[in-house]
Amino acid sequence: MIEKEVLLDVKDLKMHFPIGSKALFGGHQNFIYAVDGVNFQIKKGETLGLVGESGCGKSTTARAVAQLYRPTAGSVVLKGKDLTKLPPRELIAARKNMQMVFQDPYASLNPRMTSGDIIAEPMRIYQKKGLLSMTKKEMDERVEQLMERVGLSRFFRNRYPHEFSGGQRQRIGIARALALRPELVLCDEPVSALDVSIQAQILNLFKDLQEEFGLTYLFIAHDLAVIQYISTRVAVMYLGTVAEISNSAELYKNPLHPYTQALLSAAPIPDPKIEKERKRIILTGDVPSPDKQRPGCPFYDRCWKHMDKCKEHKPRLKEAAPGHEVACFLYHDPD
Amino acid sequence: MTDEVILQVKDLKTYFHVDEGIVKAVDGVSFNLRKGETLGIVGESGSGKSVTNLSIINMIPNPPGRIAGGEVLFHGADLLKMPVKDLRSIRGNKISMIFQDPMTSLNPFLRISTQMVETIVLHQGLDKKAAKAKAIEMLKLAGIPAPEKRIDQYPHQFSGGMRQRVMIAMGLSCNPEILIADEPTSALDVTIQAQILDLMKDLTARLGTAVILITHSLGVVAGMCDTLCVMYAGRVVERGATGEIFAEPKHPYTQGLIKSVPRLDQAQGDRLRSIRGQPPNVIDLPDCCPFYPRCDKAMDICKRKYPATTEYGNGRAVSCWLYTEAK
Repeated sequence: MIEKEVLLDVKDLKMHFPIGSKALFGGHQNFIYAVDGVNFQIKKGETLGLVGESGCGKSTTARAVAQLYRPTAGSVVLKGKDLTKLPPRELIAARKNMQMVFQDPYASLNPRMTSGDIIAEPMRIYQKKGLLSMTKKEMDERVEQLMERVGLSRFFRNRYPHEFSGGQRQRIGIARALALRPELVLCDEPVSALDVSIQAQILNLFKDLQEEFGLTYLFIAHDLAVIQYISTRVAVMYLGTVAEISNSAELYKNPLHPYTQALLSAAPIPDPKIEKERKRIILTGDVPSPDKQRPGCPFYDRCWKHMDKCKEHKPRLKEAAPGHEVACFLYHDPD
Repeated sequence: MTDEVILQVKDLKTYFHVDEGIVKAVDGVSFNLRKGETLGIVGESGSGKSVTNLSIINMIPNPPGRIAGGEVLFHGADLLKMPVKDLRSIRGNKISMIFQDPMTSLNPFLRISTQMVETIVLHQGLDKKAAKAKAIEMLKLAGIPAPEKRIDQYPHQFSGGMRQRVMIAMGLSCNPEILIADEPTSALDVTIQAQILDLMKDLTARLGTAVILITHSLGVVAGMCDTLCVMYAGRVVERGATGEIFAEPKHPYTQGLIKSVPRLDQAQGDRLRSIRGQPPNVIDLPDCCPFYPRCDKAMDICKRKYPATTEYGNGRAVSCWLYTEAK
């Protein structure tokens, strides 16, 4: 098998947000450690699913990758270029290759623009900056072609967002993301606001587009079944770090990290027969607040398998089986 | 669960009068709830799940809403025709509700104790001290650590899961016969959802409370409910025992819904079978089957008339022309 090219390489990404105001003379500044050392790679044509509970840093990771936030530390290498070190103008050029689809199809579309203008906007912006040359006619054709491709009639191009349903709006968002022919699409919970029958349509659309255009996805969702359906590889996040990363099939069959095990067992399966037999691992407590850096494992408080060393040392992601990395001392010793 | 029916909803119709026309949010919904039973109502947004339950306790805002017909019999008495004074002694007491977002249903300015004691004093006739003791006991049952201390805190001092525990404790504090839970876990993370569902199951079984659980998640329904109503565009299209519906869904919508949910135990590479098209606009819906534009098995008759309900006994019923004798 030919090794596929690594399209995105994220190394030790950190995103800390300052909170509260600093005292006047050298007072202590507090931070929210939203993302605290995340590592992953995505190969061309693959989908990496990012899964975890609210507040674990999934969205912050995606935004830091897109450089919507400038990361506190770490590198984001897209096709050999470290985006964190690029000057603004080069960053804009590099970003053309990386587009986003957002969760809320109501908030992410400008209500005063028609669907056609929304889809054309990325092309217009890059045109203005001299990074794209297209005639007006070519742009119009491209908009119509994109609309048809995502399952919207081109006759809808003069309609405004409020005239569309949630699923159709998400299709507009997808068309806009594809307008510049990017290789990488960052999808931040793109189906969680949709009803199940519509969610299935949109998931299938994502899969078809990937096949057709060879797209690479970073796909965020909190629904484990959705992640399993769409992903080639899956990274499970907890409190700003990656707890486990592996091939999708392997992760669901053989979850190693206690948190992944609990997460999988908590997700309901729509089958009464299976639900009746299932033994659940019910975690106690809530996700702790990310406002301090812990010396030990972030999952320590809620873990039912925790040991003494977990409190003092922070486990690092290490390979436990080929291609299956886990940050847990059950599988390796502290350095 | 016994065979004693405590709540009968018969041909309930709730219409909203808006500028564009009449929205038939609930259009002829019928079901029975037995003592200690957990009944699930599933459907997509706008299918009328929440309006059905607000209608049951007669809390539809009027105008624009109006209960246009039907009966809601609680131990034989029609809640829709009852004077408000009598109804108030039932709401929150015999029938209580918990909602999706515990932050908006708790008053942020009042301590938990104030909010819980109020209900208990009003309905149970206890004095304040005894009511507070009862409230602490309920919080403890709901799994809140150090309830004596926590009861004097404000809602914002609780996490989302903890708030929902408070709501459950509140909802069950008057020992209701029916607990209506409207999407109680939709705002919560899966690990917290598992905690809350576990708690609800355990407490309602212990107290013998019947539950109406409204949710859009088939997974939640599968684990929690004895019986099920599937709603589409204001109608119950199929109902029956949960096991039977999942094993052999009859209505094409139910079949489509079950197939369109990605499952953890599904082999990878299987393509999801989605339902084509969009849910209908329920304004001025004609007397047709509202599902026919999306249905693979649609026939001519489906466009012209809404099918009668075919009963199979044991509460199993379906409303679809495929199962109706007289076309």
